[in-house]
Amino acid sequence: MNVASTSIATETHWLLRKSSVQAMGVFLFVALGSLWALAQDTRFAYLLVYVWFGLAYGALLQYGRFCMASAVRDLFAVKVPRMAVGVMIAVALYAVVAAIVSLAGFSTFHPNAMGWHIVIGAAIFGFGIVFTGGCASGSLYKAGEGNMNSMLVILAISFSQAIVVSASGWWDALVPQSWLDAAAAQDMPAELTITQGWFDIFTAGYIWGLKGTTMAEVLGMAETARGIILANTLLTAILPVMIILVALYVLYYRKGYLRRSGKASPSLRDELAGMWAMCTSSKNTALAGIGLGILAGLHMYVTGALREHYGIFNFGELLVAMGYTSGLSIQDTVFDPGYWYITTQEAQWGGWIMQKLGIDSMDSIFFGLDNGLPNPLLNAPGFMSIGIILGAAIMALSRREFKWKLPSWETAFFAIVGGTLMGIGARLAMGCNIGAFFATVTNGDPSGWVFLIGMTIGAYIGVKVFTWWMDWSTARKGSECGL
Amino acid sequence: MAMSFNKTGDHEWELNVCGYTCPHPQMYTKKALQKIESGDVLSLIFDNPSSGESIMAMCEAEGSDLIDRQDAGGSFVWKIRKA
Repeated sequence: MNVASTSIATETHWLLRKSSVQAMGVFLFVALGSLWALAQDTRFAYLLVYVWFGLAYGALLQYGRFCMASAVRDLFAVKVPRMAVGVMIAVALYAVVAAIVSLAGFSTFHPNAMGWHIVIGAAIFGFGIVFTGGCASGSLYKAGEGNMNSMLVILAISFSQAIVVSASGWWDALVPQSWLDAAAAQDMPAELTITQGWFDIFTAGYIWGLKGTTMAEVLGMAETARGIILANTLLTAILPVMIILVALYVLYYRKGYLRRSGKASPSLRDELAGMWAMCTSSKNTALAGIGLGILAGLHMYVTGALREHYGIFNFGELLVAMGYTSGLSIQDTVFDPGYWYITTQEAQWGGWIMQKLGIDSMDSIFFGLDNGLPNPLLNAPGFMSIGIILGAAIMALSRREFKWKLPSWETAFFAIVGGTLMGIGARLAMGCNIGAFFATVTNGDPSGWVFLIGMTIGAYIGVKVFTWWMDWSTARKGSECGL
Repeated sequence: MAMSFNKTGDHEWELNVCGYTCPHPQMYTKKALQKIESGDVLSLIFDNPSSGESIMAMCEAEGSDLIDRQDAGGSFVWKIRKA
């Protein structure tokens, strides 16, 4: 393909452009805000690590148009493997850095419970992302580009999760009696009322009975260098990545590449050159994949090192020491994964607003026992999400790609319905494409591949439904020449 | 704001998908490229930056040429000649 050079309407120096000044303004706002927080208490450094990694994630996500929804959706919708390749590059690099972090003893990772809930939740999540136009982190970076549709998606994800994890009443009929019996047998404080609320019963009666593990543990090599390198990194991350890259090449790239390069009977060397061409066809995506993979690993290292420095296991302990005791779980903890994660902190935003409106959900396991409902100003991973929006805004402004975009009735409907499905799916699967896939497979937990399979099935069905709807609506609208 | 697809001249077409987020722009572009003849030029107007990468990859796979692009202020006007 020949690509024309970009025509720039007005050649103003980067520094003098209004959008560049605005980008610097946003950066300065974050920098001054960080200094103000440190002036209040230097221990806010722990929270600021989330802010600044979020800022870097957001900038890279926007730079590479790095949206995992696109990874599965565009394969089926327009047969483009660009993003799927980018994600695989990021997985490989994150896995390598995660191995180094684990070997150094600073890993903050905990494996997810393996079970059917992952496939079902991921499929609902995968169906939803086709309609919202972005995954959980993709919606954050698109919000940073001025896309109000994506802001609606974030709202829908936040409130749907908060409602799902705290709803009771008729919802309780959704779970089988055996889960209720198993939940009732758990020795938990009465204030959590774990036999009321379908998500509590699901968590205590089903999830707690499952096992989460890493490949190193399965193969009896836990805590050893051999286990981390061979089982967790090579077997759980690098090998599946290589198999998927070869499959993407054969199914989506090879035919076009061989036609363009005029190779009728390609040698192995030609095929390898084709694989390389596929991986580098979108330089922005590949570079973002490399950057995100390395940063995500470093994030674990920095948080792990800070935990050691402060002698804590969870940010909640630091909050108590700093005099902030409101919104903590009954274990004095808050959600603090120590690595890239998206959906839980958004559930906390929704839950916190609902609490202010008089709907208390601290009797749920999700908020009351595990994650707490901290004030958003003290929600460290929440600031990572805000950092992603602001980092993407800085990058979009500096590249003159920022534009306020109002939703139409059609896209707003898709954002709210799709975002709600994403929220429900993420809670059932115990995370989104970041927390339940990206962070898991790179740390030796194979449950993330199960999540990817579920998400792919959901996205495939979503694309079918979306295509049907698009054909129907364009035929109904009947544009001048018909499409 | 609504998608519009119009013939603007001999072998020239215009697809405007401003206001749409993924996956609308790339899917409408795919449909438009299927509709027009080989050698025709499609002027594509969109404002969702992420769609650009997928559209570029789609053109590369099908051998279509991106003959002109104007990117400024968050809006993109690309001219694609169908292979």
